[in-house]
Amino acid sequence: MRRSWLKILSVLLLSLFICNNSLAQDHSVENDSLGHKNEVKEKFDVGEFIFDHILDQYGWHLFTYHHKHITIPLPVILKSKSHGWNIFLSSKLEHANGAFIEKPLDLSITKNVFAIIISSLILLILFISVAKTYSRRIDMPPKGLQSLLEPIILFVRDDIAKSSINAKNYERFTPFLLTIFFFILLNNLMGLIPIFPGGANVTGNITVTLVLALFTFTITTITGNKVYWKHIFNAPGVPWWLKAPLPLIPFIELAGMLTKPFVLMIRLFANISAGHIIVLGFFSLIFIFGNINAVAGFAASPISVLFTIFMSVLELLVAFIQAYVFTFLTALYFGMATEEHH
Amino acid sequence: MELIKPDIGLLIWMIVSFGTVTFLLIKYAWKPILKALKERENTIEKRLLAAKKAKDELAKIEFGNEKITALAKIERENMLKEAKEIKAGIIEEARHEAKIEARKIIEEARKSVEKEKMDAINEIKNQISELSVIIAQKILKHELDNKDKQKQLINKLIEDIDLN
Repeated sequence: MRRSWLKILSVLLLSLFICNNSLAQDHSVENDSLGHKNEVKEKFDVGEFIFDHILDQYGWHLFTYHHKHITIPLPVILKSKSHGWNIFLSSKLEHANGAFIEKPLDLSITKNVFAIIISSLILLILFISVAKTYSRRIDMPPKGLQSLLEPIILFVRDDIAKSSINAKNYERFTPFLLTIFFFILLNNLMGLIPIFPGGANVTGNITVTLVLALFTFTITTITGNKVYWKHIFNAPGVPWWLKAPLPLIPFIELAGMLTKPFVLMIRLFANISAGHIIVLGFFSLIFIFGNINAVAGFAASPISVLFTIFMSVLELLVAFIQAYVFTFLTALYFGMATEEHH
Repeated sequence: MELIKPDIGLLIWMIVSFGTVTFLLIKYAWKPILKALKERENTIEKRLLAAKKAKDELAKIEFGNEKITALAKIERENMLKEAKEIKAGIIEEARHEAKIEARKIIEEARKSVEKEKMDAINEIKNQISELSVIIAQKILKHELDNKDKQKQLINKLIEDIDLN
């Protein structure tokens, strides 16, 4: 167990080093290419550099080599009333002509969508194979991947689900909690890997966290029992005048129903995005100093790399903590929704 | 502001893919895994309980054995004691009987000795009396050859009787 973690950690650290190198090349060259294009040395734009990595893109830019952008082209899918369905590769995006009258519905397989598909496939392959191992090795101690994942599965089941949801209901919710935990964890970790297939800022994307929170909200609302709804609309132990003519408490409770998933959405998004922004910010210090003076750039690079490594390790911790927090709070909300009246 | 603006395309794809992943994982991964874990836990619990029960039973049997051994020991001791007592009793009895027998035999012997003695004495007496009669006859025959002597004797006898 411990050895496996060490392995993962060392691989991640190694990949960080590699990424730092590749990014360094990438951006210095990109900078050059931009300068080449405009015939003047353009200033390095930190904001653009960071947001280029944080936000979603149409293609999956891998690296730039000899003034050439190497990008995985991804399908752009557009639907509009005037033009119908339009499907083409993102590499053709710059050459595409024809203006839309209204804003088309953009169903493109963007970088994030592609990353979600990849991580989903990894999850499916990983856990279905582990499930097969389980059904093959009945009543035997865990082996291989199974022994790496079993403690985490047991942690989610016992320390998240069992501790927050009552004994009668926790088994019903454990599968979803496991899914959400491993989905967030895997995407957090893959977000830390800077090269393909990692590097997409999936869990730091507000749309993704919105969907995750939406699932939690939907399940909470659907499974909410009488006690839960009574607590919202007619909270016991509250004076009547807070409920009767002006439904103050019900209003607050209803707002609370919505704030819970909203907070889930913001927390995950903000934590992951902020981590990425700080890592990239530290990293771009090299180029900021490099723009002033080549010597200053070289001098700044060791410090910058050190800070980046520190932040990346912190991010690794945050990846686990945020997956845990999201799952734990989800379990708490499920627990509240299914609590029996004492 | 693009950072905090949800994108409808990504939203749709995310709902579709996350929904699918959730469904597939629950059906093909979590259900069998959780079931297997639960079964394994149950089996382990059951086996532990069974082991504990077996251990208890063994202890009970051992205790029973000990009890039986102890009982057997006591029994043996009792038997030995009894046997010893019986032995002592038999010896005592035999001794007693032997004593009585011996005494009887001695008594009988003594009696017969006594009787023999008496018989012998009687015999001797008889013989003595016979002998004395014969002797007396002979003496008388010899003494009473003449009248003087007869007279003398008679006188002497009379004197003796008087003295007696």
